Amino acid sequence: MTRRHPELPSTHLMGTGTPMCAGCGGLEAIHEIYDILGSNTVFVNAAGCMTLLSVYPFTPFRGSWLYTAMACAPAGAQGIRDALDVLLEKERIQPDEDLQVVVLTGDGSAYGMGLSATSCAIGRNLDFIYVCYDNEGYGNTGQQYSQATPHAARTATSRGVSGFQGYKKDLFSIWAAHRPAYIATVTGADPLDLARKIKKAKGLRGPRLIIALSPCPTGWNYDPSLTVEIGRLAVKTGIWPLKEYMDGKVVHTRMPGRRPAVEEYLRLQGRFDHLFRPERNEKILAEIQAGIDAYWEEVQDRST
Amino acid sequence: MHKLLTGNRAAAWGARLSGVEYIPAFPITPQTEIIETLAAWIEAGEMQGRFVQLESEHSMVTAAGAGAATGVRVFTATSSQGLLYAMEMIYSVAGWRVPFVLVNVSRGLSAPITLEPDHNDVMAARDTGFLQLHCSTCQEVLDSVIMAYRLSEDMRIRLPVIVNLDGFYLSFTREPVAVPEPEQIRRFLPEFDPGEIYFRASMPESQAVAVLGGSTYSYFRYETHLAATNGIAVYDEISREFARETGRAYHVVEEYRCADAEYLFVMLGSFATKAIEAVDRLRDAGKAAGLLRPRLFRPFPVEALRRACAGKKGLAVIDQNLSMGRGGILHTELTSVLYGEPDMPPVAASFIGGLGGRDISLEEMFEIMDVVIQAAEQGRRLEPRLLYTERELRQIKSLQAVARAERHTLGEGK
Repeated sequence: MTRRHPELPSTHLMGTGTPMCAGCGGLEAIHEIYDILGSNTVFVNAAGCMTLLSVYPFTPFRGSWLYTAMACAPAGAQGIRDALDVLLEKERIQPDEDLQVVVLTGDGSAYGMGLSATSCAIGRNLDFIYVCYDNEGYGNTGQQYSQATPHAARTATSRGVSGFQGYKKDLFSIWAAHRPAYIATVTGADPLDLARKIKKAKGLRGPRLIIALSPCPTGWNYDPSLTVEIGRLAVKTGIWPLKEYMDGKVVHTRMPGRRPAVEEYLRLQGRFDHLFRPERNEKILAEIQAGIDAYWEEVQDRST
Repeated sequence: MHKLLTGNRAAAWGARLSGVEYIPAFPITPQTEIIETLAAWIEAGEMQGRFVQLESEHSMVTAAGAGAATGVRVFTATSSQGLLYAMEMIYSVAGWRVPFVLVNVSRGLSAPITLEPDHNDVMAARDTGFLQLHCSTCQEVLDSVIMAYRLSEDMRIRLPVIVNLDGFYLSFTREPVAVPEPEQIRRFLPEFDPGEIYFRASMPESQAVAVLGGSTYSYFRYETHLAATNGIAVYDEISREFARETGRAYHVVEEYRCADAEYLFVMLGSFATKAIEAVDRLRDAGKAAGLLRPRLFRPFPVEALRRACAGKKGLAVIDQNLSMGRGGILHTELTSVLYGEPDMPPVAASFIGGLGGRDISLEEMFEIMDVVIQAAEQGRRLEPRLLYTERELRQIKSLQAVARAERHTLGEGK
């Protein structure tokens, strides 16, 4: 019998048998998030892998669901929230019929096509939770690079010797510039940190945004059994800082002590294979490590 | 109560009298006056309802559909590029089977970019699942918005409806409009009954989910089509009720002096009011002309059009739209339903005009009718015609010559 941590829910709300890939880090995170949010939710989905969670006539959710399109899930959330408020004001529904409105979107939408709709929903101070499962590419179509793809990763549209030429966009800071109620980064491999943040978000009002790093066996090219390990290494090596934003301040919720080299994280993933074989690409490896070191130095400087 | 109203204000009055509860909006010429009017009424407390301005028409239509999917009465409006920008969601929300009303103020499409009207924008929404009502007067705009809610919310239909009016010619033209009493409209249009459309904590519901496989997909697409075709019979019931309540009758197809006519103009929208005058003058000149104006374009009023066209000698279909490489869309649609029917007019000629706000003069209408009458008498077919006068062509050529000369002069000055 497995023992649960006292801060974690003891029951799982999401059904099994979804068509997600084995070892899907996105599904792992959504499972954990849903356990905290509960079934009094309506998920407003943007086009992506998770669109296939609800396929007619079945759904793994105990609550509600609306699929919109790739660019406009926050606008769908706006319509539902506004309509629920109208119904509550007119007492056509009782307060216990109200729902938490939750956008569910991938990084393809969150970092790109849906960014305008997200920015303006935050600007309108929409009372909603926004969950981005970030698998660092257009996963559902076979992992083409997106604005969330990390530097040097090989994707279906960046197959060259140096992989993706761009750099992962800092969506957390873009959101923070809007001064919403709450922002957090999470990953399914740290369920306790995730649970605390989702609980906090659930207790607030206004725009609350979550990015979940979502290791993707098919897109990142690794064995599905390694999803949790890769998620943990992302945090330990410091490439995926766990942090939150509230009241104008950014707080890191896990301070990696002695960080292992980022290589430990990269070498498990086929998408970075070209940095190690046939020979080590010292230049790019050093550049990635330097980026992480610089980030944490700045965090240290700010906190002292 | 009579008021002098623009087409835009008439549309806003239609929404107000319909008791709309939620208005997601986005400004675009020539529609903006509608949403400004509604926003002002709500701010002043003259009208109940929640108004929210989105960041695009794509988001606006998404919010409209999502609001309706939650169970409130929704109104929105757009034009032209806005309708096209929203097109992905226009298709989607029709597939969600949610009722609401969208007023489209017709305006030509880019490129070249223009502000003035034609029907290519609303024709782009032809195959989406939205029903379409086309208006020719400001009174008709107000009445149609109210009727559109009954149509949209009817349990046999449950589809969004576009009410179309022409930019400038109707949107900014003041006409005397009878504004019905609110009680009158409440009798005709009771509060929205969402039925099985809701998001509630106690009743979890998945809407707009994905399907796998053509069989399931086809099932839902066919259901939508069949619901849209129910629109004809439902419209007839609704229009009879509306006429009882207000004394104003609107049939699926407006027929003006059709019964004893030999030749018909067939047109949509406000330009058809010009054809009414043309018909009167042609009658004075001894020519048996009439006008056929489909008000309902989706569903297409097949039987009413066949009945009205039977036994006529010729049709002059004037399209304010152009399907590039094919021609006029109304002409294509009309002739496809007449083909193979007994006693159909031997001549059904296509004319394209009124694009981007270009006027269609009475003289042109007389000429059109002469050409059609001659073709019918001589048993000739007529090729589609693009209305344009020699004078217009001379003006364009002269503008181009001036521009070329200016460029030449500036070039020399370097």
